[in-house]
Order: sequence, then structure tokens, then C-alpha cells
Amino acid sequence: MPAVRILAGTRKGLFILESNDRENWSVSGPHFAGWEVYHAKGSPVDPDRVYVSQTSSWFGQVIQRSDDGGKTWFTPGSKEGELVDEQGFPTGESNKFVYDDSEATGRPLTTHQFYDGTQKPWVFSRVWHLEPSLDDPDTVYAGVEDAALFKTTDGGASWRELPALRGHESGPGWQPGAGGLCLHTIVIDPQNPQRLFTAISAAGAFRSEDGGESWTPINQGLVSQFIPDPTAEVGHCVHRIAIHPKRPDTLFMQKHWDVMRSDDAGDNWREVSGDLPSDFGFPIAVHPHEPETIYVVPIKSDFEHYPPEGKLRVYRSRSGGEDWEALTDGLPQENCYVNILRDAMATDECDNAGIYFGTTGGQVYVSPDGGDHWHAAVRDLPPVLSVEVQTLK
Amino acid sequence: MSADTAAVRVTLPHHLRMLSGADAEVTLDVTPPISVASVLDALEARYPMLRGTVREHVSGERRAKVRFFAARADVTHLPLDTELPETVANGEEPLMIIAAISGG
Repeated sequence: MPAVRILAGTRKGLFILESNDRENWSVSGPHFAGWEVYHAKGSPVDPDRVYVSQTSSWFGQVIQRSDDGGKTWFTPGSKEGELVDEQGFPTGESNKFVYDDSEATGRPLTTHQFYDGTQKPWVFSRVWHLEPSLDDPDTVYAGVEDAALFKTTDGGASWRELPALRGHESGPGWQPGAGGLCLHTIVIDPQNPQRLFTAISAAGAFRSEDGGESWTPINQGLVSQFIPDPTAEVGHCVHRIAIHPKRPDTLFMQKHWDVMRSDDAGDNWREVSGDLPSDFGFPIAVHPHEPETIYVVPIKSDFEHYPPEGKLRVYRSRSGGEDWEALTDGLPQENCYVNILRDAMATDECDNAGIYFGTTGGQVYVSPDGGDHWHAAVRDLPPVLSVEVQTLK
Repeated sequence: MSADTAAVRVTLPHHLRMLSGADAEVTLDVTPPISVASVLDALEARYPMLRGTVREHVSGERRAKVRFFAARADVTHLPLDTELPETVANGEEPLMIIAAISGG
């Protein structure tokens, strides 16, 4: 069986868990102790290449990179000889996320809607999600707050915005969700890397067919009672989108409320919440070998961010939604009031697929058998913001 | 230190020491006039990973939760190019970069 590496971003640093049997885990960290690590993800083509979003409301955004699987780290572009300025000093561009308001884009910096309906300028605060390219370890997409999409093609040394998304005509109508106006989900079509899906809270889902140069809202079928027009083209609080590599036209979505499904690459959505105890939640995941097997973690409500009845239950559907079964073996079934955030669930690629998630209570739970049995790989970390898994073949 | 620069001492908050690998206090060769701006220019030149952490990348403005003290005086809200006291310019006392105290 291949070894597995978990990258757990937490409120106070990054932790790396490794196992050869998915039962016994070594833990290293905290890396970047005291900083928020919103997300860490490895390159699909080079598992030693790992990118980290290290953030602080005091000191801003830092991008970290490892070329040796997390043993050592550096800020790209800050080594002597890299991206030097006229005085010969490294320019530290890796931390620089600047919205593109150039004339060339035709999309000058606009405003977006604030909670109270007034217009506010876009202000960068942090990187929520890093999505490495499927075929080039130096190319990574970054989803940021206030919502925009950035890209690096030099291994994180410098970043540029793909401005067509934020410049979409609906942009001034985007408003922040409870976590801010964030672009938190980036999905690359495994069969057509020019096709990208993004999701923004609270604007909705968008699709690009040209590598991010132009975008189309894909929210037909979403119903959100908290906006004046519940079926509006934008304004929906999409929490997460998942895809199976072999069936990229089928998308699964956990929305603010409702679990949704599309079989036409997002053109139309239908609800598949079925018999879930609550259809509110944050993450959604697809089994790596079974395109119709999906996982969610129901949360009681948008105001009560904890599991219904204090029972931590992952729900699995083997039919692509509608019919769900509770997975509880090894998970606390009383007095559990943690949350599972949108980027905190992942799968491995082992033959007997592993499912993983982290909680705001600091546990990282592992099921080495597709969800039937669970154990805590680690139990007392800071609140877990993100979980990614690398299968080390 | 060259003839036309001054050795200025700077103290860094914990998180920036971690990020840069620097000691709690660093001594920088700074080209006069000695101000917060010129000290930060020298700091960022030596530690480029600190660019954007004390001052915003584009505007060059102080980040909201960072403060500066010189010779026991709060110089946070002075223009960044204000000349610092002689005791800081001659290395007798450090320019202190402080993270504002708040929860988290």
C-alpha cells in the first residue's frame, strides 16, 4: 500500500501527518507556528512540491513552498538571484497579490456589495485556496479574499490576477458571506485543464472554458432564500464543489443550504439533499474510484455551526445523492459541537479509498475503508481549516 | 557600514523573526535621513520575505495592526519619512516594530 501524507492547515500553523498503513500516524509541526494556514496542497505531478498559504491579519499574506515534501520551506522568489530589483535585491513578489486594474484588461478596479448593500472597493486580505496545475508543478491557481483568482507560472515567485472573473458584469453585485467575500473553490477539469470551475461566497459558481480568460455564471437551479430573488443568476453562497476525474461533467455542490448536483458541467443543477438530517454544511467529496459515491457532513444550521444532535456523522450516498447513510463508527455520537470547514475534507487514491476530514476541535479523522470505520489520526490540534491528502506512489 | 550610512538597530515582533530567520534585534546599514521608511527599506532589502508584512505592498502604507516606537515615543502615526530621534539614528536605542496587542 502506498504511503499517505495529510496536510492539515490550522488556525495556528501547518501539521503534516504521514502513515504507511493509514492506522499509525507520525505528526510533524507546527510549521509556521502561530500563523493561520488556510490551505496547503501538493502538486499532482510532483508530490514533493507543496504550496502553503500562510496568513495573518497582522502581517498579511505569505506563500511558502517546499520542494522536499515539507521537510524544508522557503518563500519563492526571495532567494538571492531570484527576481532581483535594480539594486540587486530579491523583490519578495511571492507575497504580492495585487488586483489587476490595468487599462489593457478593460476592467478597471470596481466595487462589490458589502453586507449592508453599500459598495466597497476590493481589498486583498488572504489566500483561501491554492490549486496546483495538473501537469506543471510551477503553475498554481490561488483563490483569494476579496474574491478574485490569481495564477503563478513560476513556482509561486510572482502572481498575477486573471481579471475576467472579478471583472464579470455581476461583480458589483457580489457580497460577502459570513467568512468574507472569498473565492474558496477552484476545480480543474481533469480531462480538459482549460476548463475551470470556481465558487465564491456569496456570488455562486462560475465556469471558464479558456483557462480563466472568460467566465460564465453557472447557478441555474440554485435556490437561496436569503437573497431578494432566490433564483438570481448570482448571489448564492456556494460552499464547495467536487468532481470525479472520470466524469467531469458531473459536479456535486454543498451550498449554504442544499446539496446539489449537475450533470452538464454546471449549466443546470438539481437538489439531491434527500433524507439528510440537515442539508446545511461545508465540504463535499467524491469517492476516488466510484463517481456516484459522495460524502457530506451535515451541520445543524447557518447559525448553529455544529452537527445535529451533537452527533458527528458523515453521510455517504452511493447513488449520487438523494439516498444517504450515516457513517458513525469511531466518530463521537454525543456532545460533539465541532464544525468541519469547506476545505477540510479529502480522499486518498488507495485501492481501498481513504476518506479524511478535520474539525474545528482539532481532530483529523481518517477512514481507511471508504467511510465504514473512523479513527482520529491526531486529536488536539488547533482548529483545522483545511485537509489535503497526498498518495505517495 | 559605509561612510554614508548609519548603523540602526531594529527590534522585530516574534512572527516576523520566525518568517525572516532574523534575531530579535537586527542592525541595519541605513542611508540617512533616518526614518521609519528608510529603516524599512533597509530591512526589506536584507529580508525580502518581509515585504508586504509591515507596509502594504502597493500603497507602502503601514499595516493596520503594526506600530512603531522610537526612544520610548509612539511614532506609529507620524508620516513614515519623519526623521527619527538622534538616539535611534546613532544606534543608541532601537526602532521597535510592535504587533498590536489583540486576541487571536
